[in-house]
Amino acid sequence: MANMKDMIAPFDLVQPTTIEDAVDILKDAGDEAWVLAGGLDTFDWLKDRIKRPRVVVDIGAIEEIRGIREAEAGGLEIGAMTTLTEVANHQRIRSEFGVLATAAEHVATPQIRNQGTLGGNVSQDTRCWYYRSGWPCYRAGGNVCYASAPLAMNREHCIMGRSRCVAVNPSDTAPALIALDARMVVQSPRRRLYDAEDYFVGPSVDIERMTVLEPGDLLTQIYVPDFWANSNFYFEKVRDRGSWDFQLVSVAAAFRMSGNTIEDARIAVNGVAPYPVRLDAVERLVRGEASTEQLQNAAGDLAIQGARALRHNDYKIPMMRNLVRRAVRSVAA
Amino acid sequence: MIELWRRTQNPWGQDILIGVSWDLMWLAVVLSALFLVGHAVWYRMRGFAAHKAEVTAVPAGIPERIQRHSLAARIFHWSMSAAMLTLLVTAFVPVMGLEIPAWVTIHWIAGVALILSIVYHIIHSIGWQDFWSMMSFGPNFFREGAAQMKHLLSPSAPEPKGGKYPFDHRMYHHSVILASFAAIITGVIMMMRIDTPFFTRNPYLVTDETAGVIFAIHGVAGVAFILLIASHIYFALRPDKRWLFWSMVRGWVSRDAYVEHFDPAKWPAKEAESSRSGNASGALADAAVSAPKEDA
Repeated sequence: MANMKDMIAPFDLVQPTTIEDAVDILKDAGDEAWVLAGGLDTFDWLKDRIKRPRVVVDIGAIEEIRGIREAEAGGLEIGAMTTLTEVANHQRIRSEFGVLATAAEHVATPQIRNQGTLGGNVSQDTRCWYYRSGWPCYRAGGNVCYASAPLAMNREHCIMGRSRCVAVNPSDTAPALIALDARMVVQSPRRRLYDAEDYFVGPSVDIERMTVLEPGDLLTQIYVPDFWANSNFYFEKVRDRGSWDFQLVSVAAAFRMSGNTIEDARIAVNGVAPYPVRLDAVERLVRGEASTEQLQNAAGDLAIQGARALRHNDYKIPMMRNLVRRAVRSVAA
Repeated sequence: MIELWRRTQNPWGQDILIGVSWDLMWLAVVLSALFLVGHAVWYRMRGFAAHKAEVTAVPAGIPERIQRHSLAARIFHWSMSAAMLTLLVTAFVPVMGLEIPAWVTIHWIAGVALILSIVYHIIHSIGWQDFWSMMSFGPNFFREGAAQMKHLLSPSAPEPKGGKYPFDHRMYHHSVILASFAAIITGVIMMMRIDTPFFTRNPYLVTDETAGVIFAIHGVAGVAFILLIASHIYFALRPDKRWLFWSMVRGWVSRDAYVEHFDPAKWPAKEAESSRSGNASGALADAAVSAPKEDA
């Protein structure tokens, strides 16, 4: 159970100033290390004394993973420690990659966006309250999912992609980055590059992680290629209140149009599975078609294929269907 | 210091068992490796090859190929092996850090395949095979065990000739039965906690403490299988035992192997199916497979 205390359990705080130093420290400390970015996910865990790392690696002093730069190959390189406010206000992101700016704007509150980082937003842990309250569920290394028990409170949990765990990914920017075909740069002793959609890990692969990041790994940069610049974008996040809330369901989409015809599309939803879901079947359906009402309905119906509700979240199925419909409708003539 | 169990606190703050420690998995891997290397070195140093039982005369009437495993028995063995290996890989490879997508689904499907193959094996062995010759603990079993131990410890002691299923095979079979039943019974209860077509998921079927014990037994059985399967594959691949491996592939043993390792009084020779024409195969053929007489 959560055991709220006044004092955070003691740990060694390390503040490296280079990626190399950070990676070395993370490698040495292994699974006893904790990466501190904006701290908004971290401090809940530490204050509740549910996570008790031996070493906290504060990466706030590493300048090379801050800010937004033009990439040599075109597109943008966004440092993992760039704040969500910077992302939302960046001129080129607003004008050419609007879906990312909009998604960043929808995160929590201005104060949180000033502190929270893009890297932290995509790498944060799930908000399942059974898990975050310290219950020994599968994700916490135990033998049970409390959220899918017969009388569990699971209104915010998943409708697809479950495998023992039914938690959802809470990130607002994740579906936008998938829609933009972004790449995540992960540094451990070696540098790895992941497509945004492959950065997220479902419980069927590893139930104790939300992303590919393993002990010793550090997300350093997010690369947004030029390909989808200036496309038609759509982002919508449905939440219980107007601000400062996680999504119930969100959708991010990018459409390249040729007249009234959808030449190409990338669509992703979040809040429906333990990972952001790219709807490639829907993308194939709409490619080469004009956005008619019939196509919009077909896209919505296709999106929810295989969805299965828990006790309290059946509303998410029509919600997801309607958000996908609306995304496709956004490019109607 | 290795840990034996994984423990945690349940929502009521009680300290509960949640399973076997993964240290034991690594211990089993290391012990398996040590056993395989140790046995190979010991076997070479003991010079078993030098004092193999000499086959001086072949009794009359022994066919060139002696039927040992029917097609039905071989199908069971290899389908069970596939299920076992799948279970072992999906259980432990993710713990070792290599990702296997949907390993839980693959694991329970392999578990169901294992259960079906064992049910088939039990029915088949009771109805058509020499069930008690493998299962019995008669006086001959212990006599043969003692002779086997003597042979292993003393270079001068000859290898005892057994029936169709020698002492070491039956000991292995008993160990596999024990580990399999432990894994299957606990595995079925664990399946009730996840999404499968067979049960409505109910994570509260048993209490936290009971669930922990079930997970721990399942884990111990799984770790035991690391040792059992590693040693089984090792012996199957050893040059001096490879004739046994081929008998499980082809169904028969050669006349030389039969005379060298078996006592015709305990296991009368019958010609292999493949040597005969127009014979039935599978379960029907088992009636024709020679019945062992030991412990009768």
